[in-house]
Amino acid sequence: MADKVLSPLPGIFYRKPSPDKDVYVNEGDSVKEGDILGLVEVMKNFYEVKAEKDGVIEKFHVENESEIEAGQEIATIS
Amino acid sequence: MAYFNKVLIANRGEIALRIIDTCKKLGIQTVAVYSEADADAPFVHAADEAVCVGPSQAKKSYLVVDKIIDVAKETNTDAIHPGYGFLSENPDFVERCEKENITFIGPSADIMKIMGSKLSAREQMQKANVPVVPGSEGKLNSIEEALETAETLGYPLMLKASAGGGGIGMKLVHSREELERAFDSTVQQAESYFNDGAVFLEKLITKPRHIEVQVVADHHGNVVHVFERECSVQRRNQKIIEESPSPFLNEEKRAELLEAAVRGVKEIGYTNAGTMEFIFDEDGSFYFLEMNTRLQVEHPVTEEVSGLDLVEWQLKVAAGEKLPLVQEDIQKQGHAIECRLYAEDPKTFFPSPGTIEKLTVPSENVRLDFGVIEGSKVTPFYDPMIGKIIVHGAGRSAAIENMKRVLDQIEVEGLTTNLDLLKQIMENKDFVSGNYTTQFIKSLGLEGVS
Repeated sequence: MADKVLSPLPGIFYRKPSPDKDVYVNEGDSVKEGDILGLVEVMKNFYEVKAEKDGVIEKFHVENESEIEAGQEIATIS
Repeated sequence: MAYFNKVLIANRGEIALRIIDTCKKLGIQTVAVYSEADADAPFVHAADEAVCVGPSQAKKSYLVVDKIIDVAKETNTDAIHPGYGFLSENPDFVERCEKENITFIGPSADIMKIMGSKLSAREQMQKANVPVVPGSEGKLNSIEEALETAETLGYPLMLKASAGGGGIGMKLVHSREELERAFDSTVQQAESYFNDGAVFLEKLITKPRHIEVQVVADHHGNVVHVFERECSVQRRNQKIIEESPSPFLNEEKRAELLEAAVRGVKEIGYTNAGTMEFIFDEDGSFYFLEMNTRLQVEHPVTEEVSGLDLVEWQLKVAAGEKLPLVQEDIQKQGHAIECRLYAEDPKTFFPSPGTIEKLTVPSENVRLDFGVIEGSKVTPFYDPMIGKIIVHGAGRSAAIENMKRVLDQIEVEGLTTNLDLLKQIMENKDFVSGNYTTQFIKSLGLEGVS
């Protein structure tokens, strides 16, 4: 069953740890519970968005460096 | 007579409002630039003209040099005030202003570059006989050189990136093994963040106080200080409470510090307002840390004790005027304290964006430098500071009592703020006795998120 990964906070979503680094995970990658999927920047603080279960990243619904709302769906894990 | 016809403020929030106030007093027209997230912010309404410069993210709006310059040209702006943060310490921006014949209200690009590098700033201060934290002579070229230097200095040490700031590119090492582990990664981090991999070692000051000196210099060789500010109450390397004068200094030590700050500023030929930051050891030794080549967030405590308008002085200096007063005529009176009200959890320090549903503040015996009003949105895109609360008193204990009274009258609803922490600090015996270091917030048992 596919689970939604939601952003707990409003802010800017990043898929990379820093601009010149690779993305944390790609669509189709397997992830383990606790793996970092991306960062949400809120007021100069970074919040790590983690996988809440083992699975495969089906899709990212938010692009790197885009604005997101609290509760918005970031990705789907199946 | 106005020094400029029109000034553009390349900033937002409370500091934009603060600068607009002085411009109005002096009959100078103002231009605000704002991001989409700030379209309805008080500073946008306060300016004579306001131009949107892009989307909410700072790097797409407030940090885009081309857009800011375009607006300045379109609006026939004479001068740009950068406030603090954003482009205020960016020498490329200053050079661009110089090229476009727009006065940048601050120092020259060359001086900004020198002071932007911790290594070159240290070198300049050593030339002026201003003490710097004991450490390596210049850049460390290899891990071998670092280890050798470390043996001479003795652990614990701070490994620092020359171009670092805000806690990035800084690593505490207690032993040879830790330095070996930290060296390459710190160099790499410095290269990727700041495009400059130069690192050096400094002795760790274990119970430090952070005390800084306000300076102003004109283009005619005049340099004055406007006393010191004590800024040791910090969380995550950011200040929460500042005061002037510092409760730690006696008159002799104060004179020594102020004199050293002025000497350093003269050495580099600095112009406009700036802040010399020093770190104090338990035994009263002090060392130059860095210079902030701009107006500080906490400048109001200096204004409250001196009666000066530092933004007015910045405008005068930028217009080529001489400093309005000589050192002997700058006097301090009483004691001032500033509390920073942050939209963040008072225990974890985690930010709390939201809408200010209700904001009740007292109006007497307090200076409030706020960027928001009731109904304002505090968005996730910028700093969590929503306002500064500044009080004055005949002495330190009177100022603390005033601050307590003011804090008790403040009510904010709709988002979480650090108001309770500020109240707690005003009652804390170590704060009240003036006996505190930069470890103070940690000593309260509070832990910030990392």
